[in-house]
Amino acid sequence: MGDISLDEMSNEYFDVLRELGNIGAGNATTALAQMMQCKVDMAVPKVQLLEFKELGEAMVGEETVMAGIYLGIEGDIKGSIMFLLEKAAAKHLVGKLMGMESEGDEFTEMEFSALKEVGNIITGSYLNSLSSITNLAIYPSVPDLTVDMAGAILSVPAIEFAALGDRMLMIQTQFFDEMVLDGYFILIPDLDSYGRMLAALGINI
Amino acid sequence: MSVEIKVGMADLNVCVSPDRITTLGLGSCVGIALRDPVTKIGGLAHIMLPDSTTIRNNSNIPKFADTGIEELVKQVTRKGANRSRLVAKIAGGAQMFGFNSNSEMVRVGERNVQATKKKLAELRIPILAEDTGKNFGRTVIFYPETGDFVIRAVGKQEYKI
Repeated sequence: MGDISLDEMSNEYFDVLRELGNIGAGNATTALAQMMQCKVDMAVPKVQLLEFKELGEAMVGEETVMAGIYLGIEGDIKGSIMFLLEKAAAKHLVGKLMGMESEGDEFTEMEFSALKEVGNIITGSYLNSLSSITNLAIYPSVPDLTVDMAGAILSVPAIEFAALGDRMLMIQTQFFDEMVLDGYFILIPDLDSYGRMLAALGINI
Repeated sequence: MSVEIKVGMADLNVCVSPDRITTLGLGSCVGIALRDPVTKIGGLAHIMLPDSTTIRNNSNIPKFADTGIEELVKQVTRKGANRSRLVAKIAGGAQMFGFNSNSEMVRVGERNVQATKKKLAELRIPILAEDTGKNFGRTVIFYPETGDFVIRAVGKQEYKI
């Protein structure tokens, strides 16, 4: 199986990854709606292959405070996945889930663990759809959550991508319930896993 | 009028007083500020990985501690800084998450800091101050005029080293 570099990726591969991202984000939206017991709409996800230098500006700005949920994946596809949400949106989600308005600027311990669970469900359903399309086994690890500047959180997946090339693949998804929730998925398969994913979909490399 | 020069991820630039130079939201990456106190010429690098020699695709010079610092030294001296007078301040290298999926990537922040110190020692550039490690992101602003390295973090008072 040949190595794939994101820097030299053909449009065909990119389209496949984009489509996988679309389906994953769609499934995550459904899971979110079930969890919140309300209608959640999703805009067509924006898939971007970005240079590290452009990363912060492509999102909301490096210093915007965001909640980042990060977990490792094992199985046929190895790597990690991250889901990012602006802090205000995260507070809104958690408040709705817990049935009360979240007060203050910081997350309580309870809100923090509820948010972790939200992230777990969202990333889990994303990975589930990926697994059933490709027929590959994917086992997520226990998630970890941090609330900090977007740039600092993004440095973690960016560094994983940096070991592979000079660009990073990011899927931006907008959810709507009463407010717009800008979410970002970042899937970081290792090099072998790219090949395995594409091969599972019948694409020769 | 002084201007603010922005440095992105895997990026570097030089800066001459009275201008200032900044990089936003350092996580596990490390920000390295160099300065010649006499000419007040400085520069800032934002590196992502410790070592270019362990990675096959290593043409992106500012991405690595080893090649990034060498390049920054080259650029500040070209601008007029005296190589033997250069001093450094460093920040970043945090561990943003408790766990990490890929064992190689565990504690990459710490490894970035170690590699940065090793390279600076090799080049005989003294480190005057550092604010590294821990578990939070940092925005840094460097002033070649005074050598102040100002650090901003979420939920903290701005401080300088």
